[in-house]
Amino acid sequence: MPRRKKRKEIFALGNEAVVEGALLAGCSFYGGYPITPSSEIMEIMANRLPKIENGVFIQLEDEIASMGAVIGASLAGRKALTATSGPGFSLKQENLGYAIMAETPLVLVNVMRGGPSTGLPTCPAQGDVQQARWGTHGDHPIIVLSASNVQECLDMTVTAFNMAEKYRTPVILLLDEVTAHTREKIEIPNEGEYEVFSRTVPSMPPEWYKPYEETVRGVPPMPPLGSGYRFHTTGLTHDRNGFPTQRPEEVTELMERIHRKIDQFFYDIQLVDEIQTEDAEAVVIAYGSVARSAELAVQQARENGVKAGLLKLKTLFPYPRRHQEKIMAKAKTIIVPEMNMGQMSREVKRVNMGRAAVRTINRIDGQIVTPSEILKVIMQG
Amino acid sequence: MNEFTGNEIIHQYLRHNKKFPHVLCAGCGHGIVLGTLIRSIHSLQIPKDDVVLVAGIGCSGRLAVYGDFNTVHTTHGRAMTFATGIKMANPKLNVIAIMGDGDALSIGGNHLIHAARRNIGVTALILNNNIYGMTGGQSSPATPEGSTTMTNPYGQLDSSFDTVELAKGAGANYVARGTVFHVKKLEKIMTDAIERPGFSVVEAITPCHTQYGRKNKYKTPVDMYKWMKKAAVSIERYNEMDEAARKDRLPIGVFVENDRKGYEEKYYAMQANFLSKNAREGK
Ligand SMILES: Cc1ncc(C[n+]2csc(CCOP(=O)(O)OP(=O)(O)O)c2C)c(N)n1
Ligand code: SF4
Repeated sequence: MPRRKKRKEIFALGNEAVVEGALLAGCSFYGGYPITPSSEIMEIMANRLPKIENGVFIQLEDEIASMGAVIGASLAGRKALTATSGPGFSLKQENLGYAIMAETPLVLVNVMRGGPSTGLPTCPAQGDVQQARWGTHGDHPIIVLSASNVQECLDMTVTAFNMAEKYRTPVILLLDEVTAHTREKIEIPNEGEYEVFSRTVPSMPPEWYKPYEETVRGVPPMPPLGSGYRFHTTGLTHDRNGFPTQRPEEVTELMERIHRKIDQFFYDIQLVDEIQTEDAEAVVIAYGSVARSAELAVQQARENGVKAGLLKLKTLFPYPRRHQEKIMAKAKTIIVPEMNMGQMSREVKRVNMGRAAVRTINRIDGQIVTPSEILKVIMQG
Repeated sequence: MNEFTGNEIIHQYLRHNKKFPHVLCAGCGHGIVLGTLIRSIHSLQIPKDDVVLVAGIGCSGRLAVYGDFNTVHTTHGRAMTFATGIKMANPKLNVIAIMGDGDALSIGGNHLIHAARRNIGVTALILNNNIYGMTGGQSSPATPEGSTTMTNPYGQLDSSFDTVELAKGAGANYVARGTVFHVKKLEKIMTDAIERPGFSVVEAITPCHTQYGRKNKYKTPVDMYKWMKKAAVSIERYNEMDEAARKDRLPIGVFVENDRKGYEEKYYAMQANFLSKNAREGK
C-alpha cells in the first residue's frame, strides 16, 4: 500500500519517543515527579503539553500524588500518562491497585534502574518485572508492555494507550535505561496512520447507566466526571452500581469480570516478534534492550550453522504463553538472558514444564547483556 | 432559593433510596458536616453534575457515598491528589476533598501542604474528630496531648497539630474553622470556601464519642457537644483574650481570606496565551 505522505523522521531518545507516542495516542495529561532515568519524559511533556489545546502538565510533590492526579484526570475524561523509575514505581503501587479496581485507563511508564532501593540510578537493569506483575496488593490482572528500540518506544506507547482505553485498565510500559537513553532515527507516523482507540462512553440516559455493568467485552462504558452520569467510584469491592459490597456473589462477579475482560482478549494483548523461530532448536526469549543483543547473537549463530531463533516479548504480562508453547514443538534449548536474577525465566520455566533445557543468563551488575555472551550460550547447545 | 424543607433536600441531594441506612454511629458529627455541605451547595445553586466529592478513607471518607453528586472514594490520605488531577483536567467542576484528620494531617499531610502552596482550586473539608475513627480509635496527629487512645494507653506524648496554623503556614488562600455545634456558622464558612477561587481549607470539629469521647472525659455524645459549645470562641473574641483565658479555648471563624487565582486558572491562562500567539503567527 503506498504511503499517503512521507513520515517525519527525527533523531530521538527512547524517552522522547514515548512522548511522541503518547501525544499521537491523544494523551492530554501528564502528572509526575522526576527520577532518573525517566526524567526526560517529564521534561519534554512540560514543554509540549502547555502549548496544546487543553494539554495539562503538572509536577506533583511525589509519585503517590502523581498517580492520584493521573487517576483523577482519567476519571475526568483525559488520556493520562505518568512516568517513573524504580523507587517511584514502588510508591505508585497502592494507587495502581486503585486504578485496576476502579477500572481507570492510564499509562504508567517505568524506566527500570538497578535496585533494590535507590540502587544504581543510571545503570540499566530489568529488576522490576515481577513488581510490575504483582507490585500492588491483591489478585489482579495487569497489562505490562516493553520496547527494545526507540521506534518501538513510540509504537508501544500508542499501543499502551489503546489497550488502556479498550480494556479500561492501567497499562504499564516497562523500559530499561539502554532503550530509554539510546538515540536513534525514528519515523513519526502521520496523523490517522495509526489506529487510536478511545474509551466507550455510555449512550443510554443517565438513569439507566450502571457504571460496572457486565457487557459483551466485559468492559463497561465510562463517562467523564461532570457529564451528567453521577456515580460512585471506589477502591472498595463494589456492585454493578459502584457501591461497596461484601456479598460473596457480587464480589465474585466483579473479580471475575475484571480478570475476564483481559483473559478473553489474549490474542489482542499478547504481542511478540518471532525471528527465525520456525525451525529453531535453540530459542532465545528476551525483552527490552537485551532482545537487541539477542537478535545479533541469533544471526551470528545461524552463520555458524546453528538453528537459532528469537522470541522477542513485547507484552510481558499477561505472559504470552501460547507463543512459547508454539516454539516448544521444536526447541531443544531455551535461553533467557535478562538484567536481573531471573524474573522472566520463572515464567518461561512455568510454561516449559521441563520439556526443553532452560539456560539463563543473568546480569545484575548494571551492565548490558552483550551479543557475545548470548552467542556463547547458544553455541554450547 | 434558600428556603427548603428537610425532605426536599433529602430527595434532591442524598442517595436516599440506595445508600441508607448509613454506617455512622448515632451521635456522630460527620452527618452534620454532610448536612451543612449539602445546604451550602444548595444555597449556591450549583448543579449536582458540576460537583465532585473526592473523599479519603475513614468514617469521614464514607460521606461521599451518600451524596448524589459525582463521588470518588480514593485511597487513604490521597483525596487531595485525585482532586488536583480532576480540577486540572476539568476546571469547571466544583471539587471538594473530604478528609479525616488522619487523612489530611498524617498520611496525606504532604499533599495538603502542597495543595495550599500550589493554590489549586479545590475546597478541602477536613473533619477533625481528634482520632482515627474507622480503624478503632488510634491516636491521630490531632489527638490532644495527654488524652488516651488505643495506641496511647498511657497518654498522648506528642503535641497535637493545629490544622489552621498548618494551612496558614503553607499559604492557603482561605482558612476557616467551625464546629458541628455551631452549624449555621459552619454552613456560612463552607459556602464562602466553595465560592472562593484557589485553595480553601475548612476544618470542621466533629465529635467521635465512640472512639475518642468514651476513653476521655466525654461519656456521651451530649458531653462532647457541650464541650464544643464551651470551648469554641470566635477568633475575634479570642484575639482579645489574655493568655490565661485562652487556655482550653478553641478559636473558630475565618483565619485567612484571600482571592488569589487558582493554579488551574493561571495554567489555562498561560495556555491561552500560547494558543493565541500561535493563531496570530498562523501556526
Ligand atoms: C495506606 C493505608 N494505611 C492505613 C489504612 C487504615 N485506615 C483506614 S481508615 C484510617 C484512619 C481514618 O481516620 P481519619 O482519617 O481521622 O478519619 P475518621 O475515620 O476519623 O473519620 C486508617 C489508618 C488504610 N486504609 N490505608
Ligand atoms: S467511629 Fe467515630 S467518627 Fe466513626 S462513625 Fe462512629 S462516632 Fe463517627
